[in-house]
Amino acid sequence: MAAGAYRVTGESLLSGMEEPVVRFENVGMRYGVGPEVLSDISFTIAPHSFQFLTGPSGAGKTTLLRLILLSARPSRGLVSVFGEEVSGISSNALTGLRRRMGVVFQDFRLLDHLTTYENVALPLRVQGRSETSYRAEVVELLRWVGLGERMHVLPPLLSGGEKQRAAIARALIARPELLLADEPTGNVDPQLGRRLLRLFIELNRLGTSVLIATHDFALMDLVDARRLVLGDRRLRIEE
Amino acid sequence: MSEHAAGRTPPPAEASTSGSSTSLRRNAPLVPTDGSASRALAAVIAILTFLAALCAGAAEIVASSAVQWQGAVANEVTIQVRPAPGRDADADVTVALALARETPGIAETRALSKTESERLLEPWLGTGLDLGDLPVPRLITVRLAASPAADLPALRRRLTEALPGVASLDDHALWISRLSTMANTFVGVGVGVVALVLLATGLAVTFATRGAMAGNREVVEVLHFVGADDDFIAREFQRRFFRLGLRGGAIGAGAALAALALAAGLARLWRASPAGDEIEALFGGFEIGWRGYASVVLIGVVASIVTGIVSRVTVRRFLD
Repeated sequence: MAAGAYRVTGESLLSGMEEPVVRFENVGMRYGVGPEVLSDISFTIAPHSFQFLTGPSGAGKTTLLRLILLSARPSRGLVSVFGEEVSGISSNALTGLRRRMGVVFQDFRLLDHLTTYENVALPLRVQGRSETSYRAEVVELLRWVGLGERMHVLPPLLSGGEKQRAAIARALIARPELLLADEPTGNVDPQLGRRLLRLFIELNRLGTSVLIATHDFALMDLVDARRLVLGDRRLRIEE
Repeated sequence: MSEHAAGRTPPPAEASTSGSSTSLRRNAPLVPTDGSASRALAAVIAILTFLAALCAGAAEIVASSAVQWQGAVANEVTIQVRPAPGRDADADVTVALALARETPGIAETRALSKTESERLLEPWLGTGLDLGDLPVPRLITVRLAASPAADLPALRRRLTEALPGVASLDDHALWISRLSTMANTFVGVGVGVVALVLLATGLAVTFATRGAMAGNREVVEVLHFVGADDDFIAREFQRRFFRLGLRGGAIGAGAALAALALAAGLARLWRASPAGDEIEALFGGFEIGWRGYASVVLIGVVASIVTGIVSRVTVRRFLD
């Protein structure tokens, strides 16, 4: 841990009283009939906590995030998100859980036919809200992440860093209770990476649980936070 | 992002901003529109709508013409007086005329003269023949009043009693029945073809929707991740395909209306010619009337609605 690292909380101030945001118990995951890519994974993410998910490339970080995002189902074990066990969850309940999460994809996944503004507003638009009800919010957030002048630009014309910030803004706009970020600093220079990290820390201070998947040790050393380390299909927790 | 910006706290939900009073959304569809595929589908819908609308228009022309024919034929009955050895045909005609006039519900009677009756045979036997020696039946046309309804069975009975073996009454029931059957068959075929064309439209839209879903898999995935439910995504696809259907339906129905109007115009131009007479005799004025035009427009609208609904159902099944 570098001297002067940011301090965040790994556990909720109310831990023991509140339901974990995410709970994995002996989760195993395999694709098709292949070998397990994750074995006996058990951990919890407390409300308002901040943690990194790390491990070498191919260790299963993205798969673990997909399990939390409910875009993949575990082969065995129990996954619970916001207190709800996800096996056999209904489509409506799934949508309800996803609306409480924000996600930043490694490859951004911005919709190229929508402007930066429209991409960032997407989580509110899909909730059926009228544009007048969220316009000010979106514009303010875009300015806050430094994209105020780029809100009418289509993603193909944005730089890597701008796309990254647009993806982060899209993840934040609906004020999620849980933020998942997959290599959010992978496409930006170290200086911008540190700025983005401060953004996540700020968000965590406001109450959002944050899980950042990264293999950037220099970045992780900037924050005194819990680390979930994946390796050899298993998870080790470094408090 | 600037250092200054990164250090600020996220804005409260009710934060106001300047310069945001106008919409920043371009109403861009969430499901991207592939130009070539969309144009192809709109063209298919337009062609199918055009064919269905033409078919409906033709069925409407036949149906309305049949109603006119039936009305004209049903308003008249014919008394036939056959010449018999030893009988005075003119006297028999006078008796039959008197019987017809006495019957309530008869508006008008007219006995065709011998010459007029013989002239009716000219199309078959040619002109210039002396038909004087032939026992040509004499005809009396009887026009029925709208009310009271004439008691035709009673008239037939009295004719048979007064002129046994000589007079008979033809109320054209066989003709009307055949005409009705033919018209109903035509309309039935028309409705069947319209249904088949709408089914074909539905199938084309199903394949196009599946293609669009496959082509936009990533968009659908992102929409799911940002909290869109299946119904929202299905609505977005429905909106996109309904617009395509509306465009195709409008083009197809518009072309059909133009074709029918053109056909009516040409029929009017040809009316003076012998061919025009034949056409007019068969199809009246070749006008489909407001009901026909309305059914063409309705088919365009129905094609659009079918397109929207089928795409929505297809998406829901795909996502389930």
